[in-house]
Amino acid sequence: MKLTEISNELNDWLDGDGPHSDIVISSRIRLARNLAEYKFLSRCSNTEKSQILERLKEVITSIDIGENIFYISIDQANELDRNFLVERHLISRHHALGKGPRGAVISRKESFTAMINEEDHLRIQVIKGGLQLGSCWEQINRIDDMIEQQVDYAFSPKYGYLTACPTNLGTGVRVSVMLHLPALKITGQVEKLLGAARDMNLAVRGLFGEGTEATGDFYQVSNQVSLGVREDELVSKFEKLIIPSIVEYERAARGHLLASGVDLLEDKISRATAVLKNARLISSEEALILLSHLRLGINMHEKQGASTPAIEQLCGLKDSSADSSGRITVRTINKLFLLTLPAHLQLNYGKPLDPTHRDVLRANIIRKTLNQ
Amino acid sequence: MQCQICNNNEATIHLTEIHGDVHTEMHLCESCAAEQGIAAKSQIPLNELLSNLLASAPEEANMYAPTDSRQKCPRCGFSLELLKNEPLLGCPYDYEMFEKLLLPLIENTQDGKTAHCGKVPTKIPRGEKDLIELMNLRNLLEDAIRTEDYETAAKLRDKIAEYETDRNK
Repeated sequence: MKLTEISNELNDWLDGDGPHSDIVISSRIRLARNLAEYKFLSRCSNTEKSQILERLKEVITSIDIGENIFYISIDQANELDRNFLVERHLISRHHALGKGPRGAVISRKESFTAMINEEDHLRIQVIKGGLQLGSCWEQINRIDDMIEQQVDYAFSPKYGYLTACPTNLGTGVRVSVMLHLPALKITGQVEKLLGAARDMNLAVRGLFGEGTEATGDFYQVSNQVSLGVREDELVSKFEKLIIPSIVEYERAARGHLLASGVDLLEDKISRATAVLKNARLISSEEALILLSHLRLGINMHEKQGASTPAIEQLCGLKDSSADSSGRITVRTINKLFLLTLPAHLQLNYGKPLDPTHRDVLRANIIRKTLNQ
Repeated sequence: MQCQICNNNEATIHLTEIHGDVHTEMHLCESCAAEQGIAAKSQIPLNELLSNLLASAPEEANMYAPTDSRQKCPRCGFSLELLKNEPLLGCPYDYEMFEKLLLPLIENTQDGKTAHCGKVPTKIPRGEKDLIELMNLRNLLEDAIRTEDYETAAKLRDKIAEYETDRNK
């Protein structure tokens, strides 16, 4: 399959649906697994890596995950394609930058990916829009069972699933939830909240996971402990306790902004609207920050009935792209977020562009969408 | 609430006993409880209580052999010195080979946890599955005690006892 078949579309989980999707962008669960008969990848020759790749590719493409899938060879893909897959959260940055034979099996709706020869022989993930961790776990657990019917995983009764890095030992589970927390950021409370999350042994990262900064008020919260905690217990703790508490804090901060910080809110939304409607050049980072403020305004209008002059002006804008409902929605903003990322811009343009040309193209796309 | 024995002092010791389906509660003051010989029992610190409950864990220390830090894994050639460059092991067997030296690292990165509980591959032998199930039950018991859900704790205690009896048969 050609990546240009999906590069102009919004993936399913960014559609703006799902529980608490005004604040929870996505829920993701990944499992780390290794084949018992091979060494871990750091000690494998390229021949061994090829054997692992072929074996796992054969197994995963043979199972029924409930939607169409395609395979992509990551070591043979060009840099632009690899970056595109990272931007869509289909592979990790580590996988894109890795060495030797490696690949990915991806479902057409982009809810499932199997990365073969990333840090472990196999990393499978399920991602859904909004807060849907229970459903992610159910699906990934079923897929894992199907794979396990055909291979022998490295497993110890004492330490569980054996992984290349001891930080993934045990269940091999990483639960990650992507949150949009602009009101906590604007009201200066985000650091306090993130400090509390870290005290609870949770990792807080940016939009693209490990090693990335939180840009555009997007934060990825995930577990650090994978040993000695049951998967269902961990999932339930995230879904029923940790994430709902953060969602409540963000809602309270939005309420507080409306009640006693309306000038601050109005300023953020008005400035973002004005710049995005008029800019001729805009960097990826600035676009993320300003689109985040538009997303806040639209969600406050739709979910909390907020009606300030700046929000009214923003929500009065039309979106006349072919697949829109005619008015600007969270979906419009999510699509702008995704399609203006560097690799998306270049893939859709048809060739690599230097940063200035990308900034021009990005500003054009946003201006065209908001000025219809 | 007043003490059920002297009907005078404030009841500060609350006992819940569960025997099978029979559930009884007692509310006593400290001195009456001491006379009944139950005050000391109720003062056991939580961690001591837990360690007593968990003391019956089967011997797993002999599962893996001790080793030397300079030694190389005969299967993959990995030595612990390589961990300084990147935190990746060489093969599944390294967890066994270097267990004693890896344990502090595992404890440190896993919030003090050193034993798996959770999913088990369907293919592993029955005995190993039971061992993990027992570990799961002990974790649940620990949680139930921590949250003072003594009813669940009692049920789990009985289930663990059943499991252990079955295993020893």
